[in-house]
Amino acid sequence: MNFDPIILTIIIVAYLAVIGFLGYLGYKKTKTSSDYLLAGREIHPFIMAISYGATFISTSAIVGFGGIAANMGLSLIWLTVMNIFFGIFIAFAFFGKKVRKMGLNLNAHTFPELLGRRVESRFIQIFAGAVIFIFMPIYTAAVLTGAARILETFLGIDYGICVLVFTILVGGYVIFGGLRGVMYTDALQGTLMFFGMLALLIVTFVKVGGFFNGLESLAGLADQIPEGLKSAGITSWTHAPTWGSPMWFIIFTSLVLGVGIGALSQPQLAVRFMTIKSNKELNKAILIGGIFIIVMTGTSFIVGPLSNVYFAEKYNLISIAYAQGNADSIIPLFINEIMPTWFNYIFLLVIMSAGMSTLSSQFHAIGTAVGRDIFEEGILKGKLKSTTSATLITRVGIVLALIITVIITMNMGVGVIARATAIFFGLMAAAFLAPYVASLYWKRLTRKGSIAGMISGFSTSIFCFLFLHGSEAKVFKIVEFFSDGEKVTLIPGLMSVVDPLVFGLPISIIFTIVVSLLTKVENPAHVKKCFHEM
Amino acid sequence: MFKSLDFSTTLALLLMVSSAILCVVYGAVNWNKGHDPSKEEVQEEVQWDKEEKKIDDELGGTS
Repeated sequence: MNFDPIILTIIIVAYLAVIGFLGYLGYKKTKTSSDYLLAGREIHPFIMAISYGATFISTSAIVGFGGIAANMGLSLIWLTVMNIFFGIFIAFAFFGKKVRKMGLNLNAHTFPELLGRRVESRFIQIFAGAVIFIFMPIYTAAVLTGAARILETFLGIDYGICVLVFTILVGGYVIFGGLRGVMYTDALQGTLMFFGMLALLIVTFVKVGGFFNGLESLAGLADQIPEGLKSAGITSWTHAPTWGSPMWFIIFTSLVLGVGIGALSQPQLAVRFMTIKSNKELNKAILIGGIFIIVMTGTSFIVGPLSNVYFAEKYNLISIAYAQGNADSIIPLFINEIMPTWFNYIFLLVIMSAGMSTLSSQFHAIGTAVGRDIFEEGILKGKLKSTTSATLITRVGIVLALIITVIITMNMGVGVIARATAIFFGLMAAAFLAPYVASLYWKRLTRKGSIAGMISGFSTSIFCFLFLHGSEAKVFKIVEFFSDGEKVTLIPGLMSVVDPLVFGLPISIIFTIVVSLLTKVENPAHVKKCFHEM
Repeated sequence: MFKSLDFSTTLALLLMVSSAILCVVYGAVNWNKGHDPSKEEVQEEVQWDKEEKKIDDELGGTS
């Protein structure tokens, strides 16, 4: 990419100066644990909605899933439907209002703390904190990989250096600014992302001769779909994959269901509901969030497939061939091709923003899981008296998160961004969704029921990842080892492409309900307190 | 209009737009609905803050 080094330096320095200033504002306004963990529970609805959206939509959604959409076709739009309907409407209109009020009733500061305090279980808080601490770095690494790949493609800087620079930048304002710093910077970054993606959509339509012409041209490329994809069920990029084919299961169970439903129980998203003053703000945030998400993932999942039309017309190659087999490079290369040079400067900031806004919330969530949930509540058993020490421990947790993420990112393979995201979203849904929904809506939930639901969903998912689901089982090689290399998964065939969530979530629901019904509510007075004014 | 799409993809596109419209309409209709924080909520929050500050002052710490 032909960037003028002077203009580029000025733009990036100006951008970072504004981000730094917003991080500093967050730092100045942070006085208590509540400020550091929940932005003082007084965030403006616009900031809350854009911050939620910008955290939700990362480079993983734009770069990773956009690249996947180029290979798998327009069926990925089902994920946008799920993102808007479940990720925004259901999450805000139903869950958000309950989380906000119950969080306040219980003075909960983190997602694990809410789940734990709902049934007066320190174990739940520590367990949930540990799951986040251990597994969120996989998702964080996916986002960081996406951001670093963009910088590598656009600027020609070494991938490893891109990873380090990004981590240090984001880490800086998360450590000092807390959730206020995170949300203020998110709002700016989200706004940039919104206009950048809108421009990408419009330019793409212009390049392929309009939306409907583009669709027709895309349908005409069916004969160029690689053999591997065809045999797996993709017969056209404008049609759903063949029902029951491996690709059908991958798209609809892993990507659409796993990521779509998984968004409901994302700790870094759920905690945002606790940052606002009243339900009025949530209603306003729904309007803003709905528009934001359709422009973000809608663009990504339409532009990805249409990139095939552009590359086929210009180079007689489909996108994945042009990207030399790396799906994660398709969107960066496409943007590089179609956008005017001046706009590439802006788009570079858009992609940096998408990465930074999600990373900052992930680092904050991992840090609070270590500091607040595991150390403060687990090791010190809630006996830490000073908020200064509490904030310090969380900051140390964030530094730990940064180090782990960098190590994973440096060792991450190519084309894995979307898969790593789907693993984390699916795992969170299997482990937490059932106890989380029951916590908010079901007074009959017991401590044992909540623990049973959480552990059964989590362990089923882990079992599936190790023994049943092909993409992970072939990495861990346990079945391969015990079958002398004959098998990769215990049950080969279609079962190896069904997402673990399909098994984990129903099992978690059953355990949560059955165990709760078989046991007594431990403390009815506490349940009353939880649901006070709800 | 969507002749190059199959039923599933057409439905996805329509639902995507409908879901976004649902969010816009819901947000607009309920723009000013939903109660402001109750007195009790505000007091509760003020109390949490006071307690935190008091503990910090006693220990001589600041954040």
